[in-house]
Amino acid sequence: MKRRRRILLVLSLILVGAACSSKPGPASTLKPTGFGVALVESSGGKQVGATGMVLGDPLVVQVNDEQGTAVAGALVEFSGPAGVSFDPTSGLTDSSGQVSTNVALGSMAGRYQLTAHTSTRAQKSVDLKIEEIALGYQQEVGFQLDNKYCARCHNPESTPERVSNYDNLEVKPHPFTEGNTLNKMSDADLTAIISHGGPALNKSALMPAYGYTLSKTEIEALISYIRLVSDPPYHAAGMVYAQK
Amino acid sequence: MKNSLFHLWQTLFGDPVRAFGVVSLLLVILLAVAPAKNHFSEWRHYQKQYLALIGSRGDAVTLRRHFHEHDGIQQIWLPQLGVVDRCTTCHVGLKEASLSDVSTQPFRLHPVIPHTLDQFGCVMCHRGQGPATTVEEAHSSTLAWEEPILPARYVQASCGQCHRAPLTGTPQLNLGRNLLARYGCVHCHTIKLPDGSAIKPTDDPPSLEHIADKTTREWIYAWLKDPQTYAVTATMPNFKLSDPDARDISAFLISNSTPVAGDTALVSPSSKAPDLAAGASLYGESFCASCHAVQNAAGNVVGGDVGPELTRVGSKVKPEWLQAWLRNPRVYDAGTAMPHYRFTDSQLSLLTAFLGNKTDSDLLANVHLDAATPEQIAHGKLLVTEYGCASCHEINGIKKSDNFAPELTRIGSKPLTQIIFLPGMTHAIPDYIAAKIRQPRSFGSALKMPQFSLAPAQIDALTTALLALTDRAQDLPRALTVPAKPPSNYQPAGKAGQLMADLACFSCHAINGRGGDMAPDLTWEGSSVQRQWLQAFLKNPGTLRPALIRRMPRFNLSDGEVTELTDYIMTVYQSPAFDRDSMPANGYPPAQVEQGKQLFYSKYACQSCHIVDTKVDKGYVGPTLTQVGSRLNAAWIYHWLKEPQTMRPGTIEPNRNMDDEDARALTAFLMAQKGSSKQEAKR
Repeated sequence: MKRRRRILLVLSLILVGAACSSKPGPASTLKPTGFGVALVESSGGKQVGATGMVLGDPLVVQVNDEQGTAVAGALVEFSGPAGVSFDPTSGLTDSSGQVSTNVALGSMAGRYQLTAHTSTRAQKSVDLKIEEIALGYQQEVGFQLDNKYCARCHNPESTPERVSNYDNLEVKPHPFTEGNTLNKMSDADLTAIISHGGPALNKSALMPAYGYTLSKTEIEALISYIRLVSDPPYHAAGMVYAQK
Repeated sequence: MKNSLFHLWQTLFGDPVRAFGVVSLLLVILLAVAPAKNHFSEWRHYQKQYLALIGSRGDAVTLRRHFHEHDGIQQIWLPQLGVVDRCTTCHVGLKEASLSDVSTQPFRLHPVIPHTLDQFGCVMCHRGQGPATTVEEAHSSTLAWEEPILPARYVQASCGQCHRAPLTGTPQLNLGRNLLARYGCVHCHTIKLPDGSAIKPTDDPPSLEHIADKTTREWIYAWLKDPQTYAVTATMPNFKLSDPDARDISAFLISNSTPVAGDTALVSPSSKAPDLAAGASLYGESFCASCHAVQNAAGNVVGGDVGPELTRVGSKVKPEWLQAWLRNPRVYDAGTAMPHYRFTDSQLSLLTAFLGNKTDSDLLANVHLDAATPEQIAHGKLLVTEYGCASCHEINGIKKSDNFAPELTRIGSKPLTQIIFLPGMTHAIPDYIAAKIRQPRSFGSALKMPQFSLAPAQIDALTTALLALTDRAQDLPRALTVPAKPPSNYQPAGKAGQLMADLACFSCHAINGRGGDMAPDLTWEGSSVQRQWLQAFLKNPGTLRPALIRRMPRFNLSDGEVTELTDYIMTVYQSPAFDRDSMPANGYPPAQVEQGKQLFYSKYACQSCHIVDTKVDKGYVGPTLTQVGSRLNAAWIYHWLKEPQTMRPGTIEPNRNMDDEDARALTAFLMAQKGSSKQEAKR
């Protein structure tokens, strides 16, 4: 009798131990009911947000089959570099073939490459790369300044709240994402054109001088923002270090 | 057993010499523990790693010299701020600009911020345990120290400890603070600022004293059950009421309501079917959408958020009340942000019919309420008291209770021992606050706090704003804080003041620090514009900025009212910076006008944003200047050209550092733009 009790005790101890040590199972306990062959981005890519914070719009991706029709019930998993979090990290596509997730970027300013992943019926993996941009404090200030002073002319896209002046200008301004042009200009060039206007670099006078409106810090912030959003990405010229 | 112990004792301490040796040996080992611990400490390990990292870089010599200037344990000590930080012991490269490509912690370069490390240390912004010298103790909460690192997503909270005014670089904190005031959090929770004042709510929940005039019991029931079904933008939270509770509260509110004279006046019956198209265009012309939103067929909410959403307003309000409200909203609610439009009777019936037609048959389809019993009404009153409805709404016979909900003045420093966490939750203040906002009732179904409908970004913003409410924020020396501009309670005087209150000018315009930001600041309006123009504009507001969707509505003011307002604005809203009459309106020499034209089109290229000649110019960022010579005062134009930001802080017109001659010539050119005689005649 006593022995049996002891065995019971030991058994229950083991059980308790097992229960405590068992790690929470992987997040995706979802079972896919559908399979596609292609992943496409529906919305939420190329967003500009602040470091560590949830992006304004959710990231939405869609799973399609060979004919390009949406597949419901396919499992999509999201992943990204350290510091990026997804809510949820995985999900099954809805009736329109889409999965939506809220993304919070990491704590360093820069570009973040996120991956959406799904598998075909034959367990072949299909990946979709999505890029988002995180603004640090300095770039955030630049972004706000862009919104207030620059975007009316430099951003060709109109919204009901803010109609773009881009089309009305005889000489077209460069959108800040236009890396092919802006990446060739040095920080000193950009500072000159912002401070003293277009004529400082033999460009159009339609670009006014902001040197008496914006402070030096604000102009630096603006440039650091322009550098971060440029496409293709901007790489600062500088020392090249031996890499291990 | 006993034998062997005795044997061991004999071996070690058998004779005095041997005992001495053994004890000395033990002593040496004991003494070596401290240096060994030091030698193998975590921070030395990181410093060694750092040296290895910089060793292969081009500027290794410089970096190494910087490092050796102060190696060992580092400390930033700021007695005034209560900062003792040793973080820089491991975070060695924070100030090394050339490490911008390094992404491994703890060696990253600190991103650019407006403060320096030596002035503020690290824990001011990042929290954590400054004096700790191990990774675990510095970053996480341990038994002895409970302040973990603040997650990056809330880091703007730290700015809010000292800065009370909105900052350009902290949109999340600014949003959170707006939400605290706008979603009515501070109706129930007191939040005191270090100067002793409390945060004031900016929403204006309607009084329920005369609710029966306005709407039906069925609508109240449906609204109480789920406010967001009626209006997606509703800020009223969901109290998760049971059917009988919602029934009883609606019964109480209706029976408790007192009538307002005039609300029951019958809608003037019209023989023909209402002209909805004409109503829609009147709605558009009156710029109702500047303040009120409507959800369109695609589900997008379009319009302003000053007033309530009107998507389903026809299912809510009684037509008699709606007409009385449109006639003069101040009869029902003296303090409303809605202007008193002077609509004519035919306009009133057009708008009433148009708005009354915005219905949703599904909203009240399943609401069937029997006549209320006295018990139900009494129970409703009890519930209204218990749920603190009077904290936000005025209700006859129920007083607003102070301190209805816990005070949040120091919520960001609330000791963890006083918090009951949910199972599986990280034991940290940010997680607790966010969870409380996300789902208040998950902490207990009997809790009173209702469910707000907030987007994830809004929850983060609110959490950020609350995390800024720390002990440190309260106790900082006043000299180190940056207070917000004190709220202005400016009130224009006399008859004009009453008229401005009646027209709710402050809902859109700011004057002397009080008012909205939808429309231009009018503090110096009297120095800026010409009298005739202002008079004509108040009578029939024209368009200055064609690209704007929000414009000044036409209030149908009487001539007497227009003169009253014009006189007041022209006399009182004068800038002391210059003399309005110091420059003439006419008579500039043609050569100077021509010189101004050259400057306008070539040197300053003003046409990128402004239109003077509608045939050539296309810029419409700034106001159209075709008639600026009949609109603005010459001295104002001159001073505006010289220093726009002084005249109207925050304007986007760049300061061009113009010299006197250029500014005078441009003024001459602009004053020559009187507008075509045709337009004059039209006025």
